[in-house]
Amino acid sequence: MNNTIKSNEQSPLYRFVLGLADDSVVLSHRLSEWCSNAPYLEEDIALSNIALDYVGRARMFYQYAAEVEGKGRSEDDLAYLRSEREFTNLLIHELPKGDFGFTMVRQFLLDAFYNLYLTQLVDSKDETIAAIAAKAIKETRYHLKRSEPWIRQLSEGTEESRSRIVRALEELKDFVGEMFLMEEWETSLVEQGIAIDRAALQPDWDRYIQGFLGESGIEFGDAQLQIRGGRNGIHTEHLGHMLSEMQYLQRTHPGMEW
Amino acid sequence: MQTLDKDEAVEQATFDQRISDEQKIEPTDWMPDDYRKNLIRQMSQHAHSEVIGMQPEGNWITRAPTLRRKAVLLSKVQDEAGHGLYLYSATESLGITRSQMIDALQSGKAKYASIFNYPTLTWADIGAIGWLVDGAAIVNQITLQRTSYGPYARAMVRICKEESFHQRQGYEIMTVLAHGTQVQKQMAQDAMNRNWWPSLMMFGPHDSESAHSSRSMGWKIKRMSNDDLRQKFIDQTVPQIEALGLDMPDPLIKWNEERGHYDSGEINWEEFYQVINGAGPCNYQRIKHHKAAHSEGEWVREAVRSYRQKQQDKKTENAA
Repeated sequence: MNNTIKSNEQSPLYRFVLGLADDSVVLSHRLSEWCSNAPYLEEDIALSNIALDYVGRARMFYQYAAEVEGKGRSEDDLAYLRSEREFTNLLIHELPKGDFGFTMVRQFLLDAFYNLYLTQLVDSKDETIAAIAAKAIKETRYHLKRSEPWIRQLSEGTEESRSRIVRALEELKDFVGEMFLMEEWETSLVEQGIAIDRAALQPDWDRYIQGFLGESGIEFGDAQLQIRGGRNGIHTEHLGHMLSEMQYLQRTHPGMEW
Repeated sequence: MQTLDKDEAVEQATFDQRISDEQKIEPTDWMPDDYRKNLIRQMSQHAHSEVIGMQPEGNWITRAPTLRRKAVLLSKVQDEAGHGLYLYSATESLGITRSQMIDALQSGKAKYASIFNYPTLTWADIGAIGWLVDGAAIVNQITLQRTSYGPYARAMVRICKEESFHQRQGYEIMTVLAHGTQVQKQMAQDAMNRNWWPSLMMFGPHDSESAHSSRSMGWKIKRMSNDDLRQKFIDQTVPQIEALGLDMPDPLIKWNEERGHYDSGEINWEEFYQVINGAGPCNYQRIKHHKAAHSEGEWVREAVRSYRQKQQDKKTENAA
């Protein structure tokens, strides 16, 4: 069953790159919502900075997706003129930012994932993808260096901070399995040496996350596939609201230069 | 007592001499109490302005019209937060803590630039703020690179570099809009009209009305008068408005050959004092937002303190 609108006309490479672009733009949006809302001024800066890294990734992936598609669309056409059913990000990226604990737990889980993922993606046979991954892995290593101490401090800080971390993990647990779910078209790219087998990353990810949280006495089970659908355009209810905000100007005043 | 007074008189004379010799005063140097207080007032106000300014600009980060604009705006607002941080640190060198400054901001004791009490209604406001508000700030801050307090002067050198980039990006947004469709042109005109007067107000009251001006000039904290700075801003901005092809926001703007400056209309001072005294369109909202974010973050700061304490206790235990 394939639910993506127009997905049959799309090449596997286009869908693959577009998915990575959507992941980045959506997470960037959530991180940028922290601007002027963080617990420290230093965190306003840090979270904006990470948001910027992800906007940068989104632009590179969208530009490449547009090139692969070859229909003359731009990065902005792809980001601003597709609907929620056409967005193919993994769902974990789109969940509302929640409290600082939720944002940092999501970031930690994702940083750990991207750290494994991008380390392999730099060897992609597709030169553009490899080059983007090479830039992104440097950022991600730094992001992880920053999210680790946050999770440690909040897990072991006060009872309240610990319970917020535990609650965030509980809320996110249903969404981590999808990170390791391979679509058929993506598997075909793995065979060509272009994409990465995300399913194969799971044992390392589980081990790392459980080890890290375990040091603070927090248990977290193996990732289970629960809620899925992002790569096929089946989202949570949150994405539509996010896009209506993000795409507002382009939708209200179509076809203008900004 | 007498010797103390005598020492103080010597210190004062040394201080005055250094000011007159254009030497910088550094944190560990002796300085008159009023000089210190005046600096704390001005520098913390400057820091708060950077921080509160994140709100009206942040208002458009999630709605920026293109990915490039989003990246630039994020980067700009991040710079402003960095300026705030830098200025808070510079102000701390005068013997006040950041949390004391934040208390003063939230209780209304400390002020911030009134311009941020106006709403950013459309995307064009982001252009107008970069162009006009950062433009006005630069005119002021360039002179502050020569301010007498060393840490403040050095902060200004660094901040001015980034602000001039901010102004250019704002003007670039305005250029695109002014050369765009009718709707966009109107958006640009409207945002300029709304931001023009508040930008002129950023320079403060007339010199004759300014409470702190003459003393600050004497101490060389301030290097040019409010009215002179405002004139400088008007003179540099009018040709830019012409270049954009927008209508003048003030019908009285006219080149005065004799003065070698542009003449312009009088600021609505009633509005100026109204906004300064807390009754502007967004005063309540800005402080409410700041308080809400700060209080929502309290559990995080508490956790960090507690974690550090626990680590400290462990170390002590291990050492014992």
